[in-house]
Amino acid sequence: MAKAKHPILVLAGAEQGDLRALEDYRRVGGYASLEKARKLGPGATLEQIKQAALRGRGGAGFQMGQKASFLPSPGQAKNPIYLVVNADESEPGAFKDREIINRVPHRLIEGIQIAALAIGAERCFVYIRGEYLSEYEVLSAALAEAEAAKLVSVPILVHRGAGAYICGEETALLESLEGKRGQPRSKPPFPALVGLYNSPTLINNVETIATVPKVIELGGEAYAKIGVKDSTGTRLFSLSGDVVRGGNYELPHGTSFRELIYDCGGGIAGGRKLKAIIPGGSSSPVLPADQVDLSMDFDSVQKAGSFLGSASVIVIDERACLVQLALRISQFYMNESCGKCTPCREGTRWIEMILRKIEQGRASMAELDLLSDVCDRVLGKCLCALGDSDAMAVASYVKHFRAEFEAHIEQGGCPYGDTSSLVGVRSPVDEIYRGRIGQEAAL
Amino acid sequence: MSELFNEIRELTDRYPERKSAVLPALRLAQEHYGHLPPEALREVASALGTTPAYCRGIASFYDMFHLAPVGEHMIDVCTNASCALVGAAQVLEAFERELGIHAGETTPDGRITLRSAECLGGCDSGTVVSIDERYRQPVKPEDVPAVVEELRRG
Ligand SMILES: Cc1cc2nc3c(=O)[nH]c(=O)nc-3n(C[C@H](O)[C@H](O)[C@H](O)COP(=O)(O)O)c2cc1C
Ligand code: SF4
Ligand code: FES
Repeated sequence: MAKAKHPILVLAGAEQGDLRALEDYRRVGGYASLEKARKLGPGATLEQIKQAALRGRGGAGFQMGQKASFLPSPGQAKNPIYLVVNADESEPGAFKDREIINRVPHRLIEGIQIAALAIGAERCFVYIRGEYLSEYEVLSAALAEAEAAKLVSVPILVHRGAGAYICGEETALLESLEGKRGQPRSKPPFPALVGLYNSPTLINNVETIATVPKVIELGGEAYAKIGVKDSTGTRLFSLSGDVVRGGNYELPHGTSFRELIYDCGGGIAGGRKLKAIIPGGSSSPVLPADQVDLSMDFDSVQKAGSFLGSASVIVIDERACLVQLALRISQFYMNESCGKCTPCREGTRWIEMILRKIEQGRASMAELDLLSDVCDRVLGKCLCALGDSDAMAVASYVKHFRAEFEAHIEQGGCPYGDTSSLVGVRSPVDEIYRGRIGQEAAL
Repeated sequence: MSELFNEIRELTDRYPERKSAVLPALRLAQEHYGHLPPEALREVASALGTTPAYCRGIASFYDMFHLAPVGEHMIDVCTNASCALVGAAQVLEAFERELGIHAGETTPDGRITLRSAECLGGCDSGTVVSIDERYRQPVKPEDVPAVVEELRRG
């Protein structure tokens, strides 16, 4: 583990296992923050969240307190106010919300109740990705226990998705929850005013909400002293890829990638060299290895040309061909594009097609320029951030590792031959091309 | 009214609006029929007060619904970035060898469908394989014969 002692907040009490049973959660002071919030009342509770400067953990990093203050006050609103928790977690590299649900489900439920109280919500919804069946069961069991103990005063409905990354985008999530295809809405209006069933709606990520009980326990001001300026508190960093001990590590914002990868994760097996780091899930631009001492906070990572996003850190060692990696990532976005807007629907296909040609050594230098051009034409022109994610990610591989792309073109194939760690990697879109899936054949 | 119809009606009571229950309703129907044939879509539609075409439009949008028959068992092998870095391609190939089919196909006896999947949210111990919606991780190529044997027996 990291050398310095650091506070564990979101996973507090669960260091050795889990706190699924209400009794166990109670033993570490569970639901005391909810009681405290009830005494404080909605206004003072929200004030604590604002003072904590708690930024969203789902990707965009918007301050929760600020977002909540866009909502009408319960007296003013014509429609009921809703709280929606985003548990769709499908960003490649992200697996922290799953761990929160598995180990501290009651902390999430407590956070939901506190947040609902703070905004005057009438009902709460948790949208959990369809693949998380076990997690759905864990959360449902915890919820039943909390309800039986009369801890849940604002009703919570846990709703399962059915396999669509785009439903993590907040307005697509709302559409999906309303029983429609999960296609993003154009904004404005923002969900705070026109959200679920046209009602004012606050949407936050699982980790954001699961942090709220600790914010109330410590007080907003004390919480804001943890971490660094503008990136307060701790974070569950999901560490994966070419690292000895992957996992979720709860560390304060401001910890460096080096500490996470080498001190917590035990570094790279076989003493191999670090080649690149994906800092915040596959949609964040890649960073070359020389950025390893960068501080993991929103602003530092953004200054370095990427995003901390969901804090999903993917370690890539020297064996990986980054053209193959860029191709695999582009296939994901192409596969998950909802098809609603043209730049993304067409652009993600073009990007994938050109990358495939480059990877196979069938492309010309002009096509490498075309790739950059297509990325430019997608960026900033899409209805939601999915198209941008693809364009920015792919452009970052070309920018930092251009020589590798050129080598594919010049040599007519992968310079790694079959020594690349990613050799032979396939994706669901390969199956679509082959027309093998029954569903596709039937359409 | 069929049992399925009644079960869907119970579901809709939990939501502010009936149509919101379309995902759980389709899931119930799929559990009942194995996939979503036209009669399943008709039944879901009538319970939700919408049309079969609407339900088909929803079902085709989400990966976990199947409009055409699939195997009794579904194997999803994550091949996204983190799993790919630690050898997902070899795991997928091992399944293909063991089952004698390509990813995206169903065994001729209709028992097992194999797919490559996007990130399943278990990236720290890849390769992640979801079998009938239950995760196994990490799965290494050498584990594959036993996993398939267990499914074939079960
Ligand atoms: C394509 C796409 C996928 C997203 N997926 C997720 C997700 O799985 N989980 C999540 O919390 N936020 C996701 N987001 C971000 C949400 O739109 C939204 O910003 C977030 O849920 C707000 O919560 P927060 O402020 O607590 O982070 C996604 C955004 C986009 C554009
Ligand atoms: S950017 Fe892509 S995913 Fe987002 S709305 Fe447009 S087509 Fe859909
Ligand atoms: S990349 Fe395989 S589970 Fe995330």
